[in-house]
Amino acid sequence: MQGLEVRHLSMSFGGIHAVRDVSFEVPAGSIFSIIGPNGAGKTTIFNLLTRVATPSGGEVLFDGTNLLGLRQNQIARRGIARTFQNLELFQDATVVENVLAGRHINFSTSIWQEALGVAETRRQEDANRAEADRIVDYLGLRRFRDTPIAYLPYGICKIVELGRALAVKPRLLLLDEPAAGLNATETQRMAHWIRDINTSLNVTVVLIEHDMRLVEEVSHRVLAMESGRVLTVGEPQEVQRHPEVIAAYLGGVIA
Amino acid sequence: MVAQNTAPASRRSGQMLLLAVVAVLAAAGLPFLINSFFVGVVTSVLIWTIIGLGMVVLLGYSGQVSIGHSAFLAIGAYGHALLIGAGVPFFLSVPIVVAACLAVGALIALPSLRFSGVYLAMATLAFAFIVEAVIGDLDITGGRGGMPVPREKLFGYSLTQTNVLFYATLVLLVGTFLIARNLVRSRTGRAWASLRDSEVAAASMGVGIARYKTYAFAFSAATTALAGTLLAHKVGYLSPDGFTIQQSIEMLILVVIGGMGSLAGAFYGAAFLIILPILLSIVKDKVPSGMGELPGLEAGIFGAALIIFILFQPKGIDGAIRAVLARLKNGTGAGRDDHAGA
Repeated sequence: MQGLEVRHLSMSFGGIHAVRDVSFEVPAGSIFSIIGPNGAGKTTIFNLLTRVATPSGGEVLFDGTNLLGLRQNQIARRGIARTFQNLELFQDATVVENVLAGRHINFSTSIWQEALGVAETRRQEDANRAEADRIVDYLGLRRFRDTPIAYLPYGICKIVELGRALAVKPRLLLLDEPAAGLNATETQRMAHWIRDINTSLNVTVVLIEHDMRLVEEVSHRVLAMESGRVLTVGEPQEVQRHPEVIAAYLGGVIA
Repeated sequence: MVAQNTAPASRRSGQMLLLAVVAVLAAAGLPFLINSFFVGVVTSVLIWTIIGLGMVVLLGYSGQVSIGHSAFLAIGAYGHALLIGAGVPFFLSVPIVVAACLAVGALIALPSLRFSGVYLAMATLAFAFIVEAVIGDLDITGGRGGMPVPREKLFGYSLTQTNVLFYATLVLLVGTFLIARNLVRSRTGRAWASLRDSEVAAASMGVGIARYKTYAFAFSAATTALAGTLLAHKVGYLSPDGFTIQQSIEMLILVVIGGMGSLAGAFYGAAFLIILPILLSIVKDKVPSGMGELPGLEAGIFGAALIIFILFQPKGIDGAIRAVLARLKNGTGAGRDDHAGA
């Protein structure tokens, strides 16, 4: 199958079952959301998919390849990029340098070629800088291009991190709470980018999100979790109406 | 569009290059302007700048701490002295020793990188103790008593001559600087800065953490060994006492005081490290009695300088110079551009 397949994924540490027998499928080209209260195990799933953590059981396939046999730094080369719940940007570097850092695997020069600064190194450096500039422009970050991250507002940083993940040139993008800490306007803008990245760049997106309006607006399918278990998977509307979901998570919001 | 977007960076690097060329030319004229004592002092500064370049990469860019680099200085100095003693010419011996330390550095770094932080520092310390003990025990190195560095000629000129060693050092420093500059401006430099700031983010972008840490460690081992080969000619006589943990600590002092945000910090730190003791010895002669004879005066002043820099100028002399330059340009170009390069 093209896309992401997660089968019977489990992880436990110290007697706590962070993820219990979670299965879901994300067809290529779709937008999939994972919702659930804090501590439900959503970020743990991302960490398992990207090999930051190792599951105690289960399978993860992406475009038919088993991801669990890979190391953390091999995930990007399989076409998967992610963002982080608490921004992991490089604070002293500028916006464009952060995006350029995301181009790492798109270079094919050896360290010897880089040390000697041969023509091929310069050619690839120029090509990747141009690509980083295109991403900066695409996300409307041009006026912040040369500003160090430390001087930027949080909402802009979220978009820069999105840009750095896009720089990897992924086929699957994992976004961990892209709208957390954003105001209504910024959230609208984020929704626009997520949809546009999905349709124009043809990138499959999985996002973890608490903002239900964003989830409803962008997602094709939604998975609701609680205490490491799957409550239900389905269309955004039906998941929101699911009684267990309402009880576990949405009670106050919907009723 | 590419050219337009990269214009500011290339213009800045063009200015830097011009500055560097002027500095090298001025340095090349030095032996005609100052007496040989000062040429010797400048040579020492340049040798320690070579060490500093490796330390800026290791500590400043990749964020790793070594307290055992005296071992590579020793391997460089002794290895080179033994090789030229065996009849290997200078410009063959230097690359052999440097390549050997590149490999040894990689071998040491790789297993200890599976652990993080303090374990690498401990492994390097242990390695330095082993090397020091071995050198002090071998017959070919003269044991604790040490060994003279064989006389060696370069293009017919004796390296015992101050000016000859000065020019050899200057050329090798320029070469090392260019390689270091190319590396920190390439994806390798960005990978180093990335893993220093956030290993999880770096790995998610495909950076092999252990691989790039090893590159940085091996590079610094190689530059330190290169400095060792030159130091051998500078001091003329090698003994284990010259390659102890004290030298390793001085290398750390060098980068902290010089500034580890850019390669230029290596030069400032080296100048501080070499010139301060000379100034102190001059001052000592002027002070009537007692004061100058205080034990540990030099170490105390280094320690105090270190604390003052860490507290008030954590970006070192390099950071201070950048801040002044930025103020002169009316506060433009704020921030440290270590992802952008030197």
